[in-house]
Amino acid sequence: MAKNSIKIRAKLKEDVITVKALMTHPMETGSRKNTDGSLIPAHFIQEVTCESGGKTLLTAFWSGGVSKNPYLSFKFKGGKAGDMLKLSWVDNKGESASGEAKIS
Amino acid sequence: METDVKRRILLKGSLTASALGVAVAAGLLSPGRVLAAWPEKAFAAKSLPEMLQELLGDGNTEESGDIKIKAPDIAENGAVVPVTISTSIAGAESIALIAVNNPAPLIASYDLGEGAEGFVSTRIKMGKSGDVVAVVKSGGKLFSAKKGVKVTIGGCGG
Repeated sequence: MAKNSIKIRAKLKEDVITVKALMTHPMETGSRKNTDGSLIPAHFIQEVTCESGGKTLLTAFWSGGVSKNPYLSFKFKGGKAGDMLKLSWVDNKGESASGEAKIS
Repeated sequence: METDVKRRILLKGSLTASALGVAVAAGLLSPGRVLAAWPEKAFAAKSLPEMLQELLGDGNTEESGDIKIKAPDIAENGAVVPVTISTSIAGAESIALIAVNNPAPLIASYDLGEGAEGFVSTRIKMGKSGDVVAVVKSGGKLFSAKKGVKVTIGGCGG
């Protein structure tokens, strides 16, 4: 629901595209406690999907063990400069966000 | 004054609901697909073989020198430990990232789609010093590698 909560860079070099994404998310494990001793409820991204050219490039399943404001980088072949790349996530509360970037 | 507050909460609540509604309509949220896909049992498993069995249907892995784990020898902040896994194993279908000494060892599982290379980089939380293990699935077999990371301040909020 947050706007622009995903920053994505996708660079093509010698037919390999390197994608770097930074997402804004508290990634609470559900084990941390507030100052009053109550547990902070689990709130973390569960699934991340990355697609381009009509193909799903990567599907990631995460736990609260991924750091806050998650960083993700991966590589793929078969894309061209100018293609759009889309990254979306869904968290354990059912919230979601997505972002797009052009492969450069 | 009180009704004002109630009105604001109601409005905020309905905005949230409608945003979700829009998301569902847009196909962004397909509850059935997402909830079914997240491997809950694998993430709840406490031991590595149990976790691998749940996630990949196989508790056995073979150590492989073709999987490289790049992670700091000493992580000063256990809340943010950068880990990069790269593998040259042909036909890699998925990569699982595990922190053996975490309360819930499975951190992430990456399914590599068409054209994706055997490479993922991310930052993870480590509760205490221990091994980071990467398991690569390819051609029905599981390959693994590990790297020990010392953590000076635990990352699970403890």
